Amino acid sequence: MVAFTLNGEPRTVDVDGGTPLLWVIRDEFGLKGTKFGCGLAACGACTLLVDGEAVRSCVLPVSAAEGLDVTTVEGLGSPDDPHPVQQAWIEEVVPQCGYCQPGFMMATAALLADVPEPTDDEIDARITNVCRCATHHRIRRAIHRAAEIGSTREGAE
Amino acid sequence: MTGGETGGGGAPAEGPEASDGRRGVTRRRFLVWSATGVGVLFGAGYLSRGVWRRFLAGYANAGEFPYGGPMDPSLWFEIGVDDRVVLHSAKVEMGQGTFTGLAQIAADELEVDVGRIRVVHASTSSGNVDPFATGGSTSISSLWQPLREAAATLREMIRIEGARQLGVDPSAVTIDDGVLTAPAGSLTYGAVVEAAGEWEVPETPPLKEVSDYRYVRQPVPRVDLEEKVFGAPIFGMDAEMPDMLFGAVARPDRIGARFVSADGSRAAAMPGVVRVVIEDDFAGVVAETFTAAARALQALDVEWAVERSWSDEDIRAMVRTGRGTDHVIQREGSVGRAFDSGEVIEAEFTSPIGAHAQIEPGVALAHVEADRATVMISTQVVGLTRRQVADALGLGVEAVDVRPMFLGGGFGRRLHTPIAVDAARLSRAVGRPVKVTNTRKQEFQRDTFRPPTHHRLRATLEGEGRIGAIEHRVASGQVAIGSPLVPALAQTVIGHDIGAWRGGMIQYRAIPNHQAVSRTVELPFSTSWWRSLGLLANTFAIECFMDELAEAAGRDPVELRLDHIADDEAGRRLRAVIEACAAQAGWRDGGVGGVAPGSEAASAPTSAPTSAMGFAASTDANTPCAHVAEVRVDEGRIRVEKVTCVIDPGLAVNPDQVRAQCEGSVVMGLSAALYEEMTVTDGVLGPTIYGPYRMATLADAPREIDVEILENADVPGAVGEPPLGPIGAAIANAVWRLTGVRLRDMPLQPALDRALAGAA
Repeated sequence: MVAFTLNGEPRTVDVDGGTPLLWVIRDEFGLKGTKFGCGLAACGACTLLVDGEAVRSCVLPVSAAEGLDVTTVEGLGSPDDPHPVQQAWIEEVVPQCGYCQPGFMMATAALLADVPEPTDDEIDARITNVCRCATHHRIRRAIHRAAEIGSTREGAE
Repeated sequence: MTGGETGGGGAPAEGPEASDGRRGVTRRRFLVWSATGVGVLFGAGYLSRGVWRRFLAGYANAGEFPYGGPMDPSLWFEIGVDDRVVLHSAKVEMGQGTFTGLAQIAADELEVDVGRIRVVHASTSSGNVDPFATGGSTSISSLWQPLREAAATLREMIRIEGARQLGVDPSAVTIDDGVLTAPAGSLTYGAVVEAAGEWEVPETPPLKEVSDYRYVRQPVPRVDLEEKVFGAPIFGMDAEMPDMLFGAVARPDRIGARFVSADGSRAAAMPGVVRVVIEDDFAGVVAETFTAAARALQALDVEWAVERSWSDEDIRAMVRTGRGTDHVIQREGSVGRAFDSGEVIEAEFTSPIGAHAQIEPGVALAHVEADRATVMISTQVVGLTRRQVADALGLGVEAVDVRPMFLGGGFGRRLHTPIAVDAARLSRAVGRPVKVTNTRKQEFQRDTFRPPTHHRLRATLEGEGRIGAIEHRVASGQVAIGSPLVPALAQTVIGHDIGAWRGGMIQYRAIPNHQAVSRTVELPFSTSWWRSLGLLANTFAIECFMDELAEAAGRDPVELRLDHIADDEAGRRLRAVIEACAAQAGWRDGGVGGVAPGSEAASAPTSAPTSAMGFAASTDANTPCAHVAEVRVDEGRIRVEKVTCVIDPGLAVNPDQVRAQCEGSVVMGLSAALYEEMTVTDGVLGPTIYGPYRMATLADAPREIDVEILENADVPGAVGEPPLGPIGAAIANAVWRLTGVRLRDMPLQPALDRALAGAA
């Protein structure tokens, strides 16, 4: 039995502790926003937040999440209350096929939590996910836009 | 197709009954009840025109691809009592933005707010099946006319029926945003549909002027943004059915391997395994979870027979011009005579095997029951997949329902999705729904690769820096030939490979003698459709060679190109794109920082500029496109700082999505041109994972991509592939201007590494 917090809700699951967190979230808890791309932490499609850190969940045993706080794209925000990253992704019309985008958005959320206004070089160094539609141009714009939205919201609070 | 046919006791969750009950939508197929003849009428009209013949001929000439599916409005549209319009698209959405363009087109002719149109994939049981595929940059261009006609016809049907309900003449009814208004009162579309009896189907009404459209030619945000930003379960990978199990199928590592036998005893003993299935030449596992299936696959012992261990050298030797059967695909004047009498400039180019590398792996969910099957899948070939599953199960096609899901990337990879058959076999064996997913390694090794190519370019120069003759000879692995999409008969009729030579013709048709010659080779592994087909490699070769000719002639490369463009419509559109791109990028004599050929700067690296521009242009499927790449070389690393892209796709239904396709094509093409390469070692294709298969990331993508759209045709043309053409050549030409090194082999970064190592 493994227990952790998923998008703010305490959850327990009875699976082999070696099962990658990705599959527990997708198939035990039915949240499909976190994607399978490669299974070897090489593409970043499965990126989610564990205690605020961006983690590639396809290689993280669920047992390693015991007692920790896991956030997926579904928990990041909602259409009524989007996270600044999601708001920026909408404003910049980033997705094409969209499959890799949750991973990019989660990696960006972690980056902005660390570095609220990242430079282009910091973005290059920290966001290393793969996107085959090649939406990189808009992803970069959206990261800067998300930083702006974040700072505006912070100022408003 | 009637509601009754899918309305049995085991109606699928998305069936009409469930839909009616859950969403409060009445008359899902709202015309079906009273006008079953309409489908036949429309369908027969569109299907009887020799779809295949037109397709093949048109495709070969200009990439034109008339839509061959049914255009009965009742198959495309569903109107609910809540006035929402559902558009059942026979084309799939793989990121190219087609759903958004279709919504815009439909909204304008239907006279409804685009926000009220929800676009969904048409299942095959709906009767709206594209007989061919989603591909070839044809979805919007091929549906532009028929979808407008279908939408306008539907609008007029509603007008006639609404007028009857209001007791007025249809001419007295005005329509605005889904509301009919007459002196007698007003009705919404939903109200008209709810109270409708018999539908009267009018002649196809005249279409509106493009200038009267509210949405067409506007940057409407993508209609699938919300699903994609908030993580909705829309992809093939996300498909689920009750009691679903997970499957994995053994596939060989080695090229040309044949199944001999399998021993499932170790796999069957693994935890969570439900069944090991070994039939004929097939071995797979079914388990309770994805992880259990993946682990069991590792324990499945399969013996494969291999007759030969292939190497890169073998493949390179097969793909050479000058050997095998040539097909002349373009000929004007006589290049032979010119080459006999003048000094011939010559160069050879190559491109490697490329992988699709789309992020969602091959995946299919199938549920096979006694006399029917249901498949949920990301595929570009809905009809073909249905047929393949039906054949494998011994069912008629009407017994198989394929429900397309959003694709986590297509790029041509999903123009062949026999993984649906794998899922169906496993489902049949266990009697429950089974979802099969390829491993990433399987995805890389068993891809339908972009074929390797070899090009030989020859030309002669005349006085005043003009080109007298030019010839492009290309040898390539197969693209169209061998594809299950192209019937064997058609392959025989056409003979040459229309995919392999795409982009291989000489677009500078004012050169008095020009010729293009294609040769294709069947390789021991599968090669086929990869976004833009032969365009990337063929343009790389021809457009790099044009720069070499400019150098030899002492001409500016842009001016040299402009001097050899034919004075006809295609030529004028190409000229406009080239001139606009040069102007937009600030191109002057070799571009910013350009090194004049043979100048001192070129041979004195210390005083050389830090960046240079490279130019290239292509024409693909009637869409001309030009790129200027601004490139730096940092300690041997090629950095593309900015790309200016000018494209003329004709009428741009959604300028923002045209832009998105250009940005994506530029970076995907840059990635393929600079880094990507599959190699063959000891009979095995590799690499089998991202990283070692190097693709551009944010750090490699240009910080600036400046897209300008010209619309020098009044109908929409190809968008998704043409802007991939020029990028490889534009980068290589810039590298030459900067370093004096000619890169004639893709991928360019390793080629530069070798050149610099050789010079050191």
